[in-house]
Amino acid sequence: MNMIRTENLVHEYIRRNEEGEVESISQAVGGVTLEVAKGDFVAILGHNGSGKSTLAKHINALLEPTEGSVWVKGMDTADETKLWEIRQSAGMVFQNPDNQIIASVVEEDVGFGPENMGVPTEEIWRRVEESLKAVGMLEYRSHSPNRLSGGQKQRVAIAGIMAMKPDCIVLDEPTAMLDPNGRKEVLRTVRELNRQEGVTVLLITHYMEEVIHADRVIVMDDGKIVMQGTPRQIFSRVDEIKKYRLDVPQVTELAYELRRSGVNLPEGILTVEEFLEAIKKEAPAYKTGTNR
Amino acid sequence: MIRDITIGQYYPAASVIHKLDPRVKLLGTLVFIISLFLFSSFSGYVVAAVFLFGTIRLSRVPLKFILKGLKAVFILLLFTVIFNIFLTKGTPLVTIGPLAITWEGIRTAVFMAIRLVFLILGSSLMTLTTTPNQLTDGMEKGLAILKPLHVPVHEIAMIMSIALRFIPILLEETDKIMKAQSARGADFESGNMIQKAKSLIPILVPLFVSAFRRANDLAMAMEARCYHGGDGRTKMKPLRYEKRDYTAYFLLLLYLGILLAVNLLVRYFVADTQITFLSALPATIMMREGF
Repeated sequence: MNMIRTENLVHEYIRRNEEGEVESISQAVGGVTLEVAKGDFVAILGHNGSGKSTLAKHINALLEPTEGSVWVKGMDTADETKLWEIRQSAGMVFQNPDNQIIASVVEEDVGFGPENMGVPTEEIWRRVEESLKAVGMLEYRSHSPNRLSGGQKQRVAIAGIMAMKPDCIVLDEPTAMLDPNGRKEVLRTVRELNRQEGVTVLLITHYMEEVIHADRVIVMDDGKIVMQGTPRQIFSRVDEIKKYRLDVPQVTELAYELRRSGVNLPEGILTVEEFLEAIKKEAPAYKTGTNR
Repeated sequence: MIRDITIGQYYPAASVIHKLDPRVKLLGTLVFIISLFLFSSFSGYVVAAVFLFGTIRLSRVPLKFILKGLKAVFILLLFTVIFNIFLTKGTPLVTIGPLAITWEGIRTAVFMAIRLVFLILGSSLMTLTTTPNQLTDGMEKGLAILKPLHVPVHEIAMIMSIALRFIPILLEETDKIMKAQSARGADFESGNMIQKAKSLIPILVPLFVSAFRRANDLAMAMEARCYHGGDGRTKMKPLRYEKRDYTAYFLLLLYLGILLAVNLLVRYFVADTQITFLSALPATIMMREGF
């Protein structure tokens, strides 16, 4: 069964003037059909205003489709009786770490979700401990969130979602406000949760480096899906990506440029290690790193 | 100035008072404050002082730290004392022009000062030994009796705890905005009161805008985590009375009992003899206040 399925999803933001008349309609998402299987790690890429965040909010039933439908674990998000079940199954992590931490102690914040779901006290404590351990924040359990770094706060937010035992986590640009170290921290945590706990991950971002470990990459532009495939497939189409105002990872671009000027390198190189391997094969005379 | 206010701060320590159920502390503080205004004899204040300083001792919060909280209300205290000394009618001791210092005035002034000091010490002891979260939890549980009257107890407690969580964040934000506006040439220092107040507008407007944006984000994050009010909600740290809490309630009752007994004794003693000066003092005041 599919974890998440959308069919021809359309969302329009309607702007009204003071008299309540429609002033303008802007279509944020325009006909997206998407399927995410259980246990997948899917990344959605797109520059600002491409509709990726709007899409994400539909999965948590925070927004309702103007047209089309969204199903989470087979539950229609338009069905109000399933609202809390959907929100429990598809947890959501937002961009600003400060604006999603509710309590003034780390462990109490992680317990917030289970408290809302009516989980018995002993079970809450067990879940809080497990989730904090899963994101590597157990030693900070009695700290105040105000004293944590951005990356740590975001990990607490992820733990808060994990404590609700979701089948799927939607992360809406979780690293946009973090420094490079914080970004690495958060991504590593997300990857581990996907591999070890088998949680389905939908990562929304505009950083290319963050999607190379995904099973599938979806590129959105102007509310529509414009590219889809494995990271390797996507990144071998450098020109197309640039058309959608996105950057490719530096090493991918270097390999691409070298290929264009005649060096025989494979398509879609994603990491520095891969690049080194390929270059070594191509030019055995150069001993990488030692020649001057 | 802001740093001097110890009311609302938390002083972490491992003491019996810290471990007490917040409901006990809330009720205890309320009873203590009311008790300060119930009697007006020096012996009553002695009982209150023993109770207060005994509790402070138990709480392991340094006395010096608690006394610092008085600095913030020093001016208020001074005014109360001065007004009471000069404006109470009675037998004049010293006359300075139209003003007269009376015996009664000095007496009321001293009483008022003691009351105020004890009141502040008592309430700051509560906040110093209780985390804001415990406090809101205690209020939520303690005020639960008002629920049938449609008082949104859970919501009020939630609002308070979120407010407490965001105070440091908004303070930081204010600081950032101030710096950003100073960098653009805003002047917050010079000018008279009105000009200074006006110069706050470029800080307050962006602060409010950002606070509303935060509120919007937070509401969405809370909804995403299944928040739907207090119904059907469980607690991670539920409040449960323990043995020490019952002991504390008993001690509170004992304090009230002793106070009452002392008050009665003093009144009896005074009505009988009316010789000693010390006992004459409370007697006059009691008569004046209609006891």
